[in-house]
Amino acid sequence: MSPAIETLITSYNYWITIFLMVAGLYTVIAKDNMIKKLVGLSLFQTSVYLLYLSPGKILGGTAPIIDPALKVYSNPLPHVLILTAIVVGVATIALGLALVVRINEEYGTIEEDEIFETGTGK
Amino acid sequence: MFGLSPEQLVVAALIIPLIGAVAILLNTTRPNMREASTLVTAGILFLVVLDLLFAVSGGARPEVDVLTIQPGLSLVFRVEPLGMLFAAIASGLWIVNSIYSIGYMRGNNEPRQTTFYICFAVAIFSALGIAFAGNLVTLFLFYEVLTLSTYPLVTHKADEKARAGGRIYLMILLGTSMVLLLPAIIWTQFLTGTTDFTVGGILGGKASATTLAILLGLFVFGTGKAALMPFHGWLPNAMVAPTPVSALLHAVAVVKAGVFTVLKIAIYTFGTDTLATTGASDWLVYVAGFTILAGSLIAMTKDNLKARLAYSTVSQLSYIILGAALANASGILGGGLHIVTHAFGKITLFMCAGAIYVAAHKTEISDMRGLGWKMPFTFAAFGIAALSIIGIPPLGGSWSKWLLTLGTADAKQQIFIVVFMISSLLNVAYLLPIVVRGFYFSPAPSETPVEAGGGQSGIAEAPFLCVFPAVLTAFGCVVLFVYAGDIVAFLTPLVDVGKEVSNGG
Amino acid sequence: MASVSGENAVTVALTLTEQLPGLQIVVPLMGAIVCAFLRRGNLAWLVATLVTWSLPVISFLLLLEVQESGPISYKMGGWAPPWGIEYRVDQLNAFVLLLVSSVSAVAVPFARKSVAVEIDSDKHCWFYALYLLCLTGLLGMTITGDAFNIFVFMEVSSLAAYILIALGQERLALLSSYQYLIMGTIGATFYVIGIGFLYSLTGTLNLVDMTGRMEMLGLTDAVSPSMLAALAFIFVGISLKLALFPLHAWLPGAYAHAPSFVTVFLAATATKVAVYLLIRFLFSVFPTTAVFSELPMSTILLVLSVAAMFGASIVAIFQDNMKRMLAYSSVAQIGYMTLGIALANQAGLTGGIVHLFNHAITKAALFIAVGAVFYRIHSVRVEDWAGLGRKMPITMAVFALAGLSLIGTPGTAGFITKWNLSLGALEHGYWWLVILIMLSSLLAVVYVGRVIEIVWFRKPVATIDEARSPPMTMMVPLFVFAVAIIWFGLETSMSAGYAADAARFLLGGGGS
Repeated sequence: MSPAIETLITSYNYWITIFLMVAGLYTVIAKDNMIKKLVGLSLFQTSVYLLYLSPGKILGGTAPIIDPALKVYSNPLPHVLILTAIVVGVATIALGLALVVRINEEYGTIEEDEIFETGTGK
Repeated sequence: MFGLSPEQLVVAALIIPLIGAVAILLNTTRPNMREASTLVTAGILFLVVLDLLFAVSGGARPEVDVLTIQPGLSLVFRVEPLGMLFAAIASGLWIVNSIYSIGYMRGNNEPRQTTFYICFAVAIFSALGIAFAGNLVTLFLFYEVLTLSTYPLVTHKADEKARAGGRIYLMILLGTSMVLLLPAIIWTQFLTGTTDFTVGGILGGKASATTLAILLGLFVFGTGKAALMPFHGWLPNAMVAPTPVSALLHAVAVVKAGVFTVLKIAIYTFGTDTLATTGASDWLVYVAGFTILAGSLIAMTKDNLKARLAYSTVSQLSYIILGAALANASGILGGGLHIVTHAFGKITLFMCAGAIYVAAHKTEISDMRGLGWKMPFTFAAFGIAALSIIGIPPLGGSWSKWLLTLGTADAKQQIFIVVFMISSLLNVAYLLPIVVRGFYFSPAPSETPVEAGGGQSGIAEAPFLCVFPAVLTAFGCVVLFVYAGDIVAFLTPLVDVGKEVSNGG
Repeated sequence: MASVSGENAVTVALTLTEQLPGLQIVVPLMGAIVCAFLRRGNLAWLVATLVTWSLPVISFLLLLEVQESGPISYKMGGWAPPWGIEYRVDQLNAFVLLLVSSVSAVAVPFARKSVAVEIDSDKHCWFYALYLLCLTGLLGMTITGDAFNIFVFMEVSSLAAYILIALGQERLALLSSYQYLIMGTIGATFYVIGIGFLYSLTGTLNLVDMTGRMEMLGLTDAVSPSMLAALAFIFVGISLKLALFPLHAWLPGAYAHAPSFVTVFLAATATKVAVYLLIRFLFSVFPTTAVFSELPMSTILLVLSVAAMFGASIVAIFQDNMKRMLAYSSVAQIGYMTLGIALANQAGLTGGIVHLFNHAITKAALFIAVGAVFYRIHSVRVEDWAGLGRKMPITMAVFALAGLSLIGTPGTAGFITKWNLSLGALEHGYWWLVILIMLSSLLAVVYVGRVIEIVWFRKPVATIDEARSPPMTMMVPLFVFAVAIIWFGLETSMSAGYAADAARFLLGGGGS
């Protein structure tokens, strides 16, 4: 196996990241259904989690607990950061869903094109 | 007179109109007190300015540093003869015009008179600010304040026509000043590191002749108030304003602020020597010459009296710009003097136009047949002022035209002597028929004189307060003929650089 | 600066002074929590007001300290950087902190009556809690020296802002909020992706550290691919947040349909902080020479800025909804700020930074005037305002004054911006840019002038029968902003002076 293909395969985590990122962004832009948009947004955010975690993990490394028996540690910082990012992401999606519920109450639909079709008046 | 130093007088002259504006506001509900405030303010202001005038003619050059906005950007007042003269004209004619305004505004039962008088006071304040400005930035600040404070006056009637006029007024004046004048000022700052008005100019040797010519173009066209073609359109449109506004602002304060700015920039930013040696202003001579003739020609076609006077103003303003563009002693002095003589002449003409409107409700010249016998004082004043504008001795206007003609000869631009002559003939052709029509024709048969009773030969003058100021300024035109020499002597330091420096030190 | 007598007082003041950067964030955060537990709207307003009023004091003291002894480093929770989160105050963000906190402090009294009529009374306490949270987020984004912490604060402020916007009376507010949520989250996520690249490149999240590591990697003059990726993601992410043309689509709706006070607050602060972030990353995190000479960053920003100045101004001319008109005007004005960044020289950057401040006070005054009118006549449609000048003369006079500042008339704050930007443009020899700046101001004359004409020179219409001067709590902020517009047009040591310091710091000292 040539080294180039090997790199391609071993960095599969990045391919997944890129796939999720593009799929998520596409969903946000292409879909009219507001819930689907939020799903896309969630996918998009998830791809970032992977992006952070991949370089932080060292194969064979363990959690950074100081113990003479352990030699190789994974970098804990990305995990900490992503924990925060997940919280932020959950909050965003929750708020987005709440807004969609309210929009459904007011407009009777959650399809963006239908809302714009019926006129955006009060 | 007041025991104040020249510096204090400068500050006083700027503050008094503002105090006046507040006094007018406080007397909103008491019209007599309100008008008294205007008159008292105008009177005190004139005395202060007069006091300052004597100080400046004695060689004082008071300077007041107000504040530094940021390095290279400061508000400074520095009084020199040209600005002093402009301030004296504006403040002096404000008194006359205020008397006239009272007669006109009450005679016509105009609404919103308080706003009118406040805006007037602020406009005079900004005219004085322009006159005393010590650098381009200060001048620009007051230039814009003048535009903004006169906008409500133009739109005073608040009907669709007035709003449209106001729109054009604002867009042309603000537009030219922001898109052309301000970049020119910033460019000057960038080239020289200062915008101060300095004797002999600051741009000499800082840029090539081409750059200077472009910069001059930005300055001159940017000063939309100078009404150089093609940026003259605001002036005829501003005629929707009540006549006192046209009289003081659009014959004196605003338009003179424009040409004053041009003169001042030519003398103190470029320096006449720089302009003359680099030839940066050569093109301007032709544009000004064109405007002189075109303005007069358009004036001929106008039947509305105020519109005709407006185009006459456009034409006359370019005399002054031409004087600046000639960049020699006679041109500058003639331009400076023309500011004064044209101010007296044109304000008289406008006040007469207003008086005719108040008394007979006529605005079209063709309707004015035989009106002279009913309004003899008005038409006599109109005639004198017209002759002064044309430039016939013994009236003030003859001197300034004489000096400007000398200037063209000095600059070897003899063709402009022809321009002046044609223009004077055109002046005759569009101004004198009005008087002739008034006195030598009987009213058209269809006209039934309904105003104020009286037969065809009975006198039906406008209110005293409308006529008296016009007669006064017409008399001023005669007096100017006698005192023109003194004004020229007062302005001489502008062109006599060596003397100015020794005086200034 | 505090003249304290007595030794104890001095020591107390000293320890407090050391904690100032922390207090800047902790005070509004605690205020938000307190508000959330209150049950009476007026009380919540009082807490919010007192808290907001304390913030400019803190940021002013910080600014003085920075002026005196250079950048302040504060270890949050005592953890030393680069492991702990560092709050770092330098000439640039001290200025932005002061801007955000003081503009909010002046505007907050306006909230009382405005919120009382526009928001259901059971939501008042939550409203003020969210407002304080949003403020916390904005201040946090400004003060922190940690790239990831910026993201967290960005989301704190954004989430609060989404809710605040959704509280608007019309149902369109919900839609605007939702759209802002989508766009805002994409922006924030882009930003995080960029930070991820930077982190894998440098192994640190501390902004100062990042610069140092990039220098160590020899990236001062050259651009590596991962750095380029990081820059691209961060640039687009922040541009979404600051509504850089053409990524501004969320802004007009959000400003137009939010409650009046929210519009005032967001218009005056939110985009300014985003612009600050852009300046921070372009001039002090990424190596400036690499960004501006190796990449066409100047050109990109220049083109987008000019497009914003013209495109958004032209759209503003055709708006009938006053809030929407001013919102488009904001997009145009943001163009001036980014233009200053694009020029990247002393005068230009000074103009860009000072416009953060000048535009904040100008837009705050305008939106407060609109809010005050809405409070009286319940309409923001310009036709309904005809003749309003006679009924609400002071409000409309301030509106006109702020309009002049928007245009950039001399004597107002807006002029200072134009002056500096133009000088910066001339330094590059871009004389055409000077003309473009002025032409775009002319468009402002059109949309401001149109309102002035309708308001002052039209016959009053029936809609304004009820109109009269707004209450004191609206009048005072309006008046203060009006004075500020003139004051900072004439005396600029506090605005342009500090902005020039910040620009000098960014261009001279770099990021270290």
